[in-house]
Amino acid sequence: MSGQPRRIVILGATSAMAEATARLYAAEGAALVLVGRRLDRLEEIRADLLARGASAAEAVAADLARPDAAADQLAAWAGPQGADAVLLFYGVLGDQAQAERDPAIAREILSVNFTSAAEWCLAAANLLEAQRRGALVVIGSVAGDRGRQSNYVYGAAKAGLGVLVQGIAHRLALRNTGARAVLVKPGFVDTPMTDGLPKGGPLWAKPEAIARIVRASAQGGGPVVYAPWFWRFIMLIIRLVPAPLFHKRPL
Amino acid sequence: MTGFQATSELSSWGRVVRARQDVVRPHWRDQLAAAVEEAGARPEGGLAVGLARSYGDSGLNSGGAVIAMSGLDRVHSFDPATGVVRADAGMSLDALIGLALPHGWFPAVVPGTRFVTLGGAIANDVHGKNHHDAGTFGRHVRRLALRRTDGSVRELTPDDPSGLFAATVGGLGLTGVIAWAELQLSRWAGAFLDSEDIAFRGLDAFFALSAESVRTHAYTAAWVDCTGRGRNLGRGIFSRANPSPDPRRTLHRPPRVSIPVDAPAALLNPLTLRAFNAGYFALKAARAGRRQAHYDSVFFPLDAIGAWNRLYGRAGFYQYQCVVPPASARDAVAELLAQIAASGEGSVLAVLKTFGALPSPGLLSFPMEGTTLALDFRNRGEPTLKLFDRFDAIVREAGGRLYPAKDGRIGAGMFQAGYPQLAAFAPHVDPGLTSNFWKRVKS
Ligand SMILES: Cc1cc2nc3c(=O)[nH]c(=O)nc-3n(C[C@H](O)[C@H](O)[C@H](O)COP(=O)(O)OP(=O)(O)OC[C@H]3O[C@@H](n4cnc5c(N)ncnc54)[C@H](O)[C@@H]3O)c2cc1C
Repeated sequence: MSGQPRRIVILGATSAMAEATARLYAAEGAALVLVGRRLDRLEEIRADLLARGASAAEAVAADLARPDAAADQLAAWAGPQGADAVLLFYGVLGDQAQAERDPAIAREILSVNFTSAAEWCLAAANLLEAQRRGALVVIGSVAGDRGRQSNYVYGAAKAGLGVLVQGIAHRLALRNTGARAVLVKPGFVDTPMTDGLPKGGPLWAKPEAIARIVRASAQGGGPVVYAPWFWRFIMLIIRLVPAPLFHKRPL
Repeated sequence: MTGFQATSELSSWGRVVRARQDVVRPHWRDQLAAAVEEAGARPEGGLAVGLARSYGDSGLNSGGAVIAMSGLDRVHSFDPATGVVRADAGMSLDALIGLALPHGWFPAVVPGTRFVTLGGAIANDVHGKNHHDAGTFGRHVRRLALRRTDGSVRELTPDDPSGLFAATVGGLGLTGVIAWAELQLSRWAGAFLDSEDIAFRGLDAFFALSAESVRTHAYTAAWVDCTGRGRNLGRGIFSRANPSPDPRRTLHRPPRVSIPVDAPAALLNPLTLRAFNAGYFALKAARAGRRQAHYDSVFFPLDAIGAWNRLYGRAGFYQYQCVVPPASARDAVAELLAQIAASGEGSVLAVLKTFGALPSPGLLSFPMEGTTLALDFRNRGEPTLKLFDRFDAIVREAGGRLYPAKDGRIGAGMFQAGYPQLAAFAPHVDPGLTSNFWKRVKS
């Protein structure tokens, strides 16, 4: 590992948070593997990261929502040197109202955000355990902390993913593998995914702020990190509100 | 569907005009292509905007479509050996400095804030404190890509025979949407400047200092006490600087404080202004002398405070910036300062600077050889506009002109008088684009 630049595999590299995180790694001279669906967009990011100091950047087109031989693919992206971090950013917000009426839409939200993500996480856990180093950092959501009528299908998927990553973190720690797993749970983030919502107020974070937390989480801490930190307390309160009271609010 | 959303949240830096506009914020090149075509097809037309650091209404398109460019901020290429960078037009100078300075490069020209985009800097052909040394921003553009609402994309260089490059630099966003630009950066040893502050009393002293300093210093500008009358008329602090050989490449930091709410309108009145200006002069005069300073404090002192435009209250404010040619500069500036002092209005941020003779590449570029004066005025409605009419008469008489990036009110006559190349510019306007400013002055 000495002298070699860090090698970072980014799943869902066209997300705003992923791109902001990749810029931090680029400035450190890391080698980046950018996986996403749209090659043209990945190429835009690739050139930017190289100009910002990345020692290498590779754009890989793949539909992550439909994992196909996840272990082999991940091993190929990590390369012979292995991966210092696998970062999982992709996901879809989906439309709650539609999901309530159309089971196919509900299935899609669950399968993208949970089933497919779980496959990549399990593959990454095996890879990192075999390497005996590296970190898996997964973007969860505070929506997974308590079911709310406005987005509980998405929330349920993220909650499931959270338990899975926690379990992986437990496993990697207990077996003394030297590898780690962290779930980062952002609150409101100003990204294209949330462009339909009004974005004023102190609770909205910039992708750059989340990126710094992800970068730090790959280095240490966890297994569950709220981003920014104050969401830990907000969600604690939200979880503690008794159901009879909670059910009177259109949250 | 390209996702335009109706909003009244967009306003210019002066915040006098707030109007409903349909805004889209593309993040990818294919989204920009779609947005430009859709905006152009709308009856009220489209307009690209950057970080909205223009004071007046040249970055607004009331009732129309607006393409917010700041989500397109990727670098295409950067060569640390030659200092040539190519990047999306939505990239800010803030980010560009962060990219370039660690390699010993700095933008050749920077305005008084680093929160402007490359596209916005080109569309206004902005100037810095080194105008006499480096000319305008547009002189350092090697190439740019212009996306028109008919779906075409043109790559333009300074020697472009069609005239579209000259129309686009300083073209106020009207000739098309700048998609990316390639710039030549300047070599800098580190992040510091050797600077010197000198107190002066009166305009003759300013002109003498300026004539001397443009030969010895790359960066010059003066702060004037716009409330000074009689003996104190035209007193101020002259600042000059050269990049320092000190090799430390310390980057600037994000703004530390931000103004959270609109200040009460009465905060900035003639009395507080006089007191502030007198105090500021005394303080600066006492501390005059040489020192080493970071580029952030020399070029971007206001960036330390986020949203400082809220200090002028909810009604907003205007900036008045003019340039007058050398032959009439002395008298015109004296007359303007006398009028301002008598009015009791004006700002704590009055800036006086000499523009050099280097020609600007743009047909509508604001800078020309002469002296430029810039200051803010809180918006008091009719009396403020009346005052500006008196200034206009002085500037016009002197053969000068106003800066569209700072204007929010002049009529077609005043604009045309100042910009003789307007007739050559007009044919290059993209028929799908317009702005509040353009609607007002083109007739
Ligand atoms: C504190 C402060 C200090 C300043 N100091 C100076 C100074 O010293 N010198 C100086 O020259 N100016 C100065 N300015 C003005 C500022 O530099 C200009 O207004 C600049 O153009 C703002 O850039 P922007 O990205 O915010 O563009 P905006 O204000 O959003 O837009 C400006 C113009 O550019 C057009 N535009 C934006 N992006 C594009 C694009 N991609 N393609 C085509 N057109 C586009 C818009 O249509 C509009 O006409 C200062 C402003 C402030 C707030």
